[in-house]
Amino acid sequence: MAMIEVTHLTRIFDVSKPWLNRVLERLPKALLTAVSDVSFKVEERTVYALVGESGSGKSTIGKMAVGLLSPSEGSVTINGIDLTRETDAAKMDKARSDIQMIFQDPYASLNPRWKVRDIINEPVTARGGSGVGLAEKLLEQVGLSALDADKFPHEFSGGQRQRICIARALASEPKLIVCDEPTSALDVSVQAQVLNLMTNLQEDLGLTYLFISHDLTVVQHISDKIGVLYLGRLVEEGTPDQLFDDPKHPYTQMLLAAAPKMDGFGREIDPPQGEIPDPINPPTGCAFHPRCPLATRQCSAERPVMRELRGARVACHEAT
Amino acid sequence: MTDLPQIPPQVRAKAPSRFTRAWDSDFAYQFRRSPVAIISFTVVLVLVLAAIFAPLIAPYDPFDPASLNLMNGFSKPMEPNAFTGDVFWLGTDDQGRDVFSTILYGLRISLFVGAAAVAFAMVLGITLGLLAGYVGGWVETIIMRVADVQLTFPAILVAMLIFGIAKGITPVEYRDQMAIWVLIVAIGLSDWVQFARVVRGATLVEKNKEYVQAARLIGRGSGAIMLRHILPNVLSPVLVIATISLALAIIAEATLSFLGVGAPPTQPSLGTLIRIGQGFLFSGEWWILLFPAATLLALALAVNLLGDWLRDALNPKLR
Repeated sequence: MAMIEVTHLTRIFDVSKPWLNRVLERLPKALLTAVSDVSFKVEERTVYALVGESGSGKSTIGKMAVGLLSPSEGSVTINGIDLTRETDAAKMDKARSDIQMIFQDPYASLNPRWKVRDIINEPVTARGGSGVGLAEKLLEQVGLSALDADKFPHEFSGGQRQRICIARALASEPKLIVCDEPTSALDVSVQAQVLNLMTNLQEDLGLTYLFISHDLTVVQHISDKIGVLYLGRLVEEGTPDQLFDDPKHPYTQMLLAAAPKMDGFGREIDPPQGEIPDPINPPTGCAFHPRCPLATRQCSAERPVMRELRGARVACHEAT
Repeated sequence: MTDLPQIPPQVRAKAPSRFTRAWDSDFAYQFRRSPVAIISFTVVLVLVLAAIFAPLIAPYDPFDPASLNLMNGFSKPMEPNAFTGDVFWLGTDDQGRDVFSTILYGLRISLFVGAAAVAFAMVLGITLGLLAGYVGGWVETIIMRVADVQLTFPAILVAMLIFGIAKGITPVEYRDQMAIWVLIVAIGLSDWVQFARVVRGATLVEKNKEYVQAARLIGRGSGAIMLRHILPNVLSPVLVIATISLALAIIAEATLSFLGVGAPPTQPSLGTLIRIGQGFLFSGEWWILLFPAATLLALALAVNLLGDWLRDALNPKLR
């Protein structure tokens, strides 16, 4: 059985103006569909990457996976437990300690008034456990010094803070870590160090990552499987090789064509056409059809379902 | 091969002591560089110490009828009394009470009422502000609408209203004993709104930060998140408001006492002393009014300046 099973996951946000304004201005309710009917599975001890532009719903999926947000429809189960519907407190607690998250902004994800030791130990002490010596051990494991435990977060650089976040995520000995763009706020040189650390930890500790990123080059190297999101819909899924050597969805092809390349001097490519559409008012049929070079009448009328194609999965009527 | 010099074992710098760290902190540095802060802090400190040690400092106990001599009434400052020859630094009032001593005891009441009222307003405001900001929804709507409505009334009016109601429901024989506590509640209730507003605003910012999400993810309850994570991060603006509120609360207490609805004559605050003194102003006994008024002015001004300085010192954008 897969570790994470995401089935028909949908999340709708109510972004309407306050009730009184709506009545006075005669506006309809504005509903933003951040995630729409997304299904995928993540096997244990693998890295599954979700990529997409900003606004594609990748962070929303991450938050639903860890239980910070509840799905509007569909479900996320982790080892068979649905965090937003489980009623058994003991199972819930066990599931919570199996799941951790690393956030995007290392400057906001550590409480500035807490010592590093307390921050790292919190996942354990919050459950009544003893954190003696734990923070020191974890700090060394992530490449910092045990002496750093008595410092405050402002004494560290961005990369060091992200290491502290990783140490905190490891404290409860989780099985799954959801990484929400863990490197996008870091310098390129530091990005590589943090990524290497995360990869090593994944192999050493047998972790499962749900890795959220907008950076294709980052996910190419660390992930076992990649899911490409467009406007809250999963459009293509495959291994890095399948995706990079043989992109099937026209959106994936467009992304790869736009990515910078080392040998790309003097190359002439068309920049991506159009913008990501308004998720409050999404296009009919396939969400990508207004920007798609292959679009037909069927694309604007009928939403494509995920289908198998040469080992990968793609949601496109025209892809061959 | 040349011998490489031995690398000495890494010498770890001794951790600076708590005092050195405090002295070297940014905050202490700002303080040392600001004459206004130093002077106003000194004034506040002297007044607070004078109030605390009033029984030791005051040459007379103005509330012990046995020690009063009516013949000493209306003594001028620094001049021997015409009948008894006693010298009073700041003169005496109509009953022969030493003005200096009454000021020390009045300062006690004023400072106590002010500080207790601010503490009460702070606890109430922080609690409601945290709840409004963190819980949101109808809890927030109710709390903040009540705050908005209260803001449309002048604070003194609210305090007088509460004072009046409390006086109406307390039995006559307890009124004098209760007056101080009623005063504290009245001023505190008229002052919680700004704490609640500031804390709510800061909470709205903090609750969306990722460290709060990390705590929720671990399974921390709302109470623990509010108290242990958010509260320490919203306290610095609260500290500034508390200081400025202290000056306002002292003035509010003096105003209420001056209007005759505050501290009773048996427990006179600075405001009560000013009310007593203003009756003698036009008959030439200026010292009975002037000295308590000057003390109140010095206290309120110093606390206010300290609050202003604190606001600037804690605001990194103004440096």
